[in-house]
Amino acid sequence: MANPSAVCNGHLHHHHQKQNNLLKSGIYKKNGITKGMKKNGVSNGTLHKKTITEHFEQAPMYVAVLTFLGFGVGTIFGYLRDFMRAWGLEKRNVAAEREQQKDFVPLYQDFENFYTRNLYMRIRDNWNRPICSVPGPQFDLMERVTDDYNWTFRFTGRTIKNVINMGSYNYLGFAETDVNALKTVTIELQKYGTGICSTRQEMGSLDKHVELEKLVAKFLGVEDAMVFGMGFATNSMNIPALVGKGCLILSDELNHTSLVLGARLSGATIRIFKHNNMQSLEKLLRDAIIYGQPRSRRAWRKILILVEGIYSMEGSIVRLPEIVFLKKKYKAYLYLDEAHSIGAVGATGRGVVEYFGMSPDDVDVLMGTFTKSFGAAGGYIAGKKDLVDFLRTHSHSAVYATSMCPPVAEQIIRAMKCLMGLDGTTQGLQRVRQLGKNTRYFRRRLHEMGFIIYGNDDSPVVPLLLYMPGKIGAFARRMLEKNIGVVVVGFPATPITESRARFCVSAAHTREMLDTVLNALDELGDFLHLKYSRYSKSSHPELYEETRLELED
Amino acid sequence: NVALIQIEFCVDLFLCFCFQAPAYHLILEGILILWIIRLLFSKTYKLQERSDLTPKEKEELIEEWQPEPLVPPVPKDHPALNYNIVSGPPTHIITVNGKECINFASFNFLGLLDNEKVKSAAQASLKKYGVGTCGPRGFYGTFDVHLELEERLAKFMRTEEAIIYSYGFATIASAIPAYSKRGDIVFVDEAACFAIQKGLQASRSNIKLFKHNDMADLEQLLKEQETEDQKNPRKARVTRRFIVVEGLYMNTGDVCPLPELIKLKYKYKVRIFLEESLSFGVLGEHGRGITEHFGINIDDIDLISANMENSLASIGGFCCGRSFIIDHQRLSGQGYCFSASLPPLLAAAAIEALNIMEDNPDIFQTLRAKCERIHKALQGISGLKVVGESFSPALHLQLEESCGSRENDVKLLKRIVDYCMDSGIALTQARYLEKEEKCLPPPRTRTGQICFELDCCFGFLFTQIIRKSVLQCRVTSDIKVLPLMALKPN
Repeated sequence: MANPSAVCNGHLHHHHQKQNNLLKSGIYKKNGITKGMKKNGVSNGTLHKKTITEHFEQAPMYVAVLTFLGFGVGTIFGYLRDFMRAWGLEKRNVAAEREQQKDFVPLYQDFENFYTRNLYMRIRDNWNRPICSVPGPQFDLMERVTDDYNWTFRFTGRTIKNVINMGSYNYLGFAETDVNALKTVTIELQKYGTGICSTRQEMGSLDKHVELEKLVAKFLGVEDAMVFGMGFATNSMNIPALVGKGCLILSDELNHTSLVLGARLSGATIRIFKHNNMQSLEKLLRDAIIYGQPRSRRAWRKILILVEGIYSMEGSIVRLPEIVFLKKKYKAYLYLDEAHSIGAVGATGRGVVEYFGMSPDDVDVLMGTFTKSFGAAGGYIAGKKDLVDFLRTHSHSAVYATSMCPPVAEQIIRAMKCLMGLDGTTQGLQRVRQLGKNTRYFRRRLHEMGFIIYGNDDSPVVPLLLYMPGKIGAFARRMLEKNIGVVVVGFPATPITESRARFCVSAAHTREMLDTVLNALDELGDFLHLKYSRYSKSSHPELYEETRLELED
Repeated sequence: NVALIQIEFCVDLFLCFCFQAPAYHLILEGILILWIIRLLFSKTYKLQERSDLTPKEKEELIEEWQPEPLVPPVPKDHPALNYNIVSGPPTHIITVNGKECINFASFNFLGLLDNEKVKSAAQASLKKYGVGTCGPRGFYGTFDVHLELEERLAKFMRTEEAIIYSYGFATIASAIPAYSKRGDIVFVDEAACFAIQKGLQASRSNIKLFKHNDMADLEQLLKEQETEDQKNPRKARVTRRFIVVEGLYMNTGDVCPLPELIKLKYKYKVRIFLEESLSFGVLGEHGRGITEHFGINIDDIDLISANMENSLASIGGFCCGRSFIIDHQRLSGQGYCFSASLPPLLAAAAIEALNIMEDNPDIFQTLRAKCERIHKALQGISGLKVVGESFSPALHLQLEESCGSRENDVKLLKRIVDYCMDSGIALTQARYLEKEEKCLPPPRTRTGQICFELDCCFGFLFTQIIRKSVLQCRVTSDIKVLPLMALKPN
């Protein structure tokens, strides 16, 4: 708690939590800018201490002004070019409506695509870059060029070899092509082929699925689990089975689209609380119970809180202990989406539940995906037997969608067995530790260099703030020139002033790779003036020491 | 003037009274007036006070509230809990719960599921790319195989562009809300499959159901809309309209009357979205689906969506059409943008399956012949009727007469399916979420895989067993009112 940086300069939002494990109350101590929260709770009988630090430093004022200016200039030029296109002074590159259907109601309104046409199109080359190798720590990119300012691309036929991959969600490095590692997958592929051609409830429940479900339940320490063919659909097709009309969903404002879609399809009332803000959540919970449903004034049938383990655009970790405390106090149910956190955090990779030293029973619905840490595809829902039984009978996915492909299931099984040490090695555990080390090293170095990075110190998702729209393209292109593949994100995926680059640290990254990236970032940070942070290494002695110790083990 | 005089008189009279009345009377009246005033004001004040909850009351309310359980208990005998477990690959011979059966239950129409060529293509891809893509298409999840598959699908369907999704269900469910927004109008067949229903729900558009394959009903609705538009032409100019139909209906086995739909399309200026999951790789000379079946120019259809989980025996789905339309999904298709991309080995399997389809166009003829033969053989079983087209690879068997309730019908069909399973034929009961479906189809048994390898004698055997199953169920039936009893087996 005694971090000198917390005595901050009025611009720094520093969320500090100190956890002892005796949960006494959810009282918040406000102390100037620093939001501190003391709580106590019992867990595993040991008194376990952990300091959790999350940074959300605000940029100086001039940055915000310049960012808006940038968007302003872009918009003015957009209008100018739209005007020129309308008068035939500039070539229209966009595909046109069919001649026979010109008198139909237009499929798109002109203003709807203004942003895409005039701003996104200028830097479109930084997304959808096609790769032609395994998405491991390094990959090969297909070189493409454009002759018409990103309207179309042409492949040169060359590949850019060994680009360092800072974009894929390959947290534990299970996206690999090692023959020995993939041996069982090869066998299963030969045995089963790729398809299923049926749904779980009809003729698509394979012995492989049963095996996987048992393993997932064992891995998570819960009674039962069910797996689905697509991570996105796990959310969007199961939430509607759990809640419906007369129920209330409390959803974090930064939740993933799949959760939002699932909530919408359920027909329940949705209310949004501020990102990871417990006061906001508690107020909504109290109001919901006290005042009941609007208009009809009946009590809510049930309340479901939707949160994610690690938020993929912020790098923040959910405040699980507080949320569990609130959910128990107010008798709500908790749906935790561990898409990014399963495998990636916790001492043995069992996600945020383990990270906070809590019991899986504290969370009603544990959801996660196999796309990220496990290098496969699909998702799961785990929890009490009643819950899983209900989903087997009522999940939209179980009735109407094709079940999971067997070789993909085998990939999950082998990765999970490796993590659990069932393959007879400690390789899985080593990967989890390596990821932790890489994450802390990468984050610490970026801090020292003076970049503004968001999120939790233990989160392998590292957003680096770029702010200005012009820098998005410049940053990603220059990084590619240095043979580093990064992900950049701008509006509408982020707030308009907070364009960012996002790195996903992997256990498969070697220290040399990380150093190459860091050096490139250091150079580019100076060149593009990205080092906005007003506190760096010198004011961070404790963090520095702490990490040093960990690096030695 | 008279009024004025009257008032003056009254005041005089009142003053007169005041002076004449005793003092105690005046005081009493004064107090009474004050009392009334106080009552008036205090009453409103108290009302306000009462409506606010005290903190204590709030705590009590919170204490008092009891939510419903997260999930209601499921009866232990629910069929979905005692599901069939298939061990080994679900090919034309399938091992269900340890018993070997001929598979008529999965949608592996072309028998590509265990095709060696497909498997080795997937193996090669596994060796090169591993399993997962670890990212959505935008963030290094686009592989060269994805681009190749999109190009191949577009070429196969003879459209400008194709886009692939990593899950069949998500394809049409994401495509519809990419175009149709709040305020737009969608005309949809009431037999439309669940994925379409979910897509429509996500779009929040104005939905108009027309009777299954009833073009007169559809035209009626379109005409109503036309009159509506004339009332408010400003709104009509920005209201997009769509017709959403399936090529071969999953729930009924019928084909949609596409030529009539095209006529209506141009007459009323409505766009057509076509779901072809069942007809792609089945109908038409080259397996291009319902457009080829009817000989219709594919450009007349605005968007075709299909999954790669039936004929292609892979996973995922695709949409194809003109670039003007399809390209929009690359930023607006939620299941495309926000989901991890299709594992490369599945894309490679789909490419190889397309190769096989292109190289052997006669498999579609064979499939069709088999469908027709089995359809014919299944005619005339007392108590059961076959629903759908003769060339549909998914045949629906339905009770000729209901036993009185849906529950009993389902039970009877389950016994038929169980009997067939015991006799070595795997069929499946078409499952629905009864509370969620917009227009619930009657309970049915579905045969999926009219497998490529099957020949005539299997077809005969198949019919025999189904016939027997009906007889068997008749004898062991404990359902009181059973129409099957009344009918003579032939």
